[in-house]
Amino acid sequence: MLAERTISVDRVSVSARDTDWDGVRLHVVTGKGGTGKTTVSAALALALAAGGRKVLLVEVEGRQGIAQLFDCPPLPYEERKVAVAPGGGDVYALAIDTEEALLEYLEMFYNLRRAGKALTRFGVIDFVTTIAPGLRDVILTGKTGEAVRRKRKDGSPVYDAVVMDAPPTGRITRFLNVNTEVSGLARVGPIRNHADTVMKVIRSPETAVHFVTLLEEMPVQETLDGIAHLTEAGLPVGGVFVNMARPPALPKSYLAAAGKGKLDLDEITVGVKAAGLENHAAEIARALAAEAADHAQRAELQAREKKRLSRVKQPRYELPLLADGMDLAGLYDLAEALNDQGVA
Amino acid sequence: MSKKPPVLDVDALIDDPRTRIIVCCGSGGVGKTTTAAAVGLRAAERGRDVVVLTVDPARRLAQSMGLSELDNSPRRIDGVGADENGENGGELHAMMLDMKRTFDEIVEAHSDPDRAKQILANPFYQSLSSSFSGTQEYMAMEKLGQLHRSGAWDLIVVDTPPSRNALDFLDAPERMGRFLDGRFIKILLAPAKVGGRFGVKVLSAGFGVFTGVITKVLGGHLLRDVQTFVAAFDTMFGGFRERAEKTYQLLQTPGTAFLVVASPEPDALREASYFVERLATERMPLAGLVVNRVHRSGITTLSAARSMAAAETLNERGEHPLAASLLRLHADHMQVTTREDRLREHFSSAHPNVPVATVPAQAEDVHDLEGLRRVGMDLSENKAAGAA
Repeated sequence: MLAERTISVDRVSVSARDTDWDGVRLHVVTGKGGTGKTTVSAALALALAAGGRKVLLVEVEGRQGIAQLFDCPPLPYEERKVAVAPGGGDVYALAIDTEEALLEYLEMFYNLRRAGKALTRFGVIDFVTTIAPGLRDVILTGKTGEAVRRKRKDGSPVYDAVVMDAPPTGRITRFLNVNTEVSGLARVGPIRNHADTVMKVIRSPETAVHFVTLLEEMPVQETLDGIAHLTEAGLPVGGVFVNMARPPALPKSYLAAAGKGKLDLDEITVGVKAAGLENHAAEIARALAAEAADHAQRAELQAREKKRLSRVKQPRYELPLLADGMDLAGLYDLAEALNDQGVA
Repeated sequence: MSKKPPVLDVDALIDDPRTRIIVCCGSGGVGKTTTAAAVGLRAAERGRDVVVLTVDPARRLAQSMGLSELDNSPRRIDGVGADENGENGGELHAMMLDMKRTFDEIVEAHSDPDRAKQILANPFYQSLSSSFSGTQEYMAMEKLGQLHRSGAWDLIVVDTPPSRNALDFLDAPERMGRFLDGRFIKILLAPAKVGGRFGVKVLSAGFGVFTGVITKVLGGHLLRDVQTFVAAFDTMFGGFRERAEKTYQLLQTPGTAFLVVASPEPDALREASYFVERLATERMPLAGLVVNRVHRSGITTLSAARSMAAAETLNERGEHPLAASLLRLHADHMQVTTREDRLREHFSSAHPNVPVATVPAQAEDVHDLEGLRRVGMDLSENKAAGAA
């Protein structure tokens, strides 16, 4: 079954699009583990598809996270429609299987499918996909690049955009920099040529590498480091997506008082009683004040991390924490938030 | 409310002298490394001589232990003290896996100087030893084996590489074996050994096609590099394989304890579930599940719905805005804790016998030994709370 939700999204239409990433056709999404890379990739794909476009969402780490998000059975190595975007538009998904992709590559470029099968028997495929450094990455980025470049008969691209749920921040520069990765291995030859083609797409203005972070110290640090590394490697840095953002839930004055531990306990107790919670009102008041103090401390830390993020010039977007946890409806909410903020 | 899972007793685990290796595994970003360091510190302060082996290159962990950075040999951590009675203090050492260095050392230790030089200079080797795809897992296993064989440590605590999935490192030895036993290696070695161990007859059928394809796809240059590498490395393969298998067996002995680490999120707990099942299949001893970053409330008796209703009562009357705000905040908070509880219950109903310990969410990351100590205490308090 396809995920679908019909809401009218007036501001999103194919013709009149004025977004931050016009012209970008390959969106690479990275982030520290646990920041919600896959969720943001999926929401971004939905947002990009909104208003009648066709978007491919690619998974490269074999985790089947996309299938989980869209509530569908594990994805085969095949481009499948997984959702319909608001205002019409299709999201296709593909979980790239390294071995299949390699065989496909051999067939496509060398017409060597049968030989490829023989290579499997010889253990060469094992070698390439698990042991030979860099080759695996070339295959994964290569397949993605192929989807970006693929054209219809009339010369228009098959996909308006491709979103890649990429490896985590710690590995992203290496992963995308396939050229450098294989340079020690293959100075000339077909692998090298293939890597060069992939690199051309990745380095072009048609590509943007987005970072997903939380407003926490480690993820923010990894984001800043990652942006620096990518920039150094000459790769195109996209936006910063602050995921699971929790805006302070208390008015400023209360927040300040709570942070200093100066909330009026008596007043809270009276209030709690007035609200009908007569039993243990004083105890409840103390616990409420403690929760508020904790909340204030978090808010302060979040503000600090936000400030650190503002040191980089990349546009920043916020995705709210969904109190009920992540589900399909939540995914559409996040996509809408991205549309509203002009991401797509 | 569903039946409570057994409580993971971390102190009993680390106090048991038979526990020699603790492996912390789980998906990325769940706090594996912090858990490993906190468990190591607590064990040392309760009298064990501990080394923590981390594969996480985050410098902050090193800093939290008072080191400017970690490297490939164990460094002693200062300020690790005895228990509150001033007794039983052990030592804590920490190190970070440098996979290239570890690989180089193995090459140097297991081949004559000339051959070692030849291998280290080989472009294919250089690429292999510094790449992330797979090598890290093998080297983590190698290092663990080395530390164990040295006999210098009473307890070794390791975290696992941040691989694309948490199970990768368990598969590393088998993959290595499959590759080494594979015909690919034999074929690559064949030209140097025509008429030797592998008769030409056996290979001639596929060999021409094979090298043809390889040359066409990879380029002759790469093929030559790989061939020289494999030829030079040939004598070492056996040892590699044997050690990997030994380490694998070591992980199946009762002296090893796996701690599966997760956060109260669907993805992390799903990975944890896979891992628990996989460990059972591999007959590897699971100590329990650690759930980090759990949100708790001081007044669990006041549910989200009741708290929200109370806040609305005050709102309607326009009274006590402070109490109303705090009640609403509490309702949000309870919504989160309820969701987290539900996720943990899901896990426990699928794995009712897996002991669980939780660590509350802290506003700030761990910065120093004191922070690690607090995590260790939070872990051990599960037992006390469970008994109460």
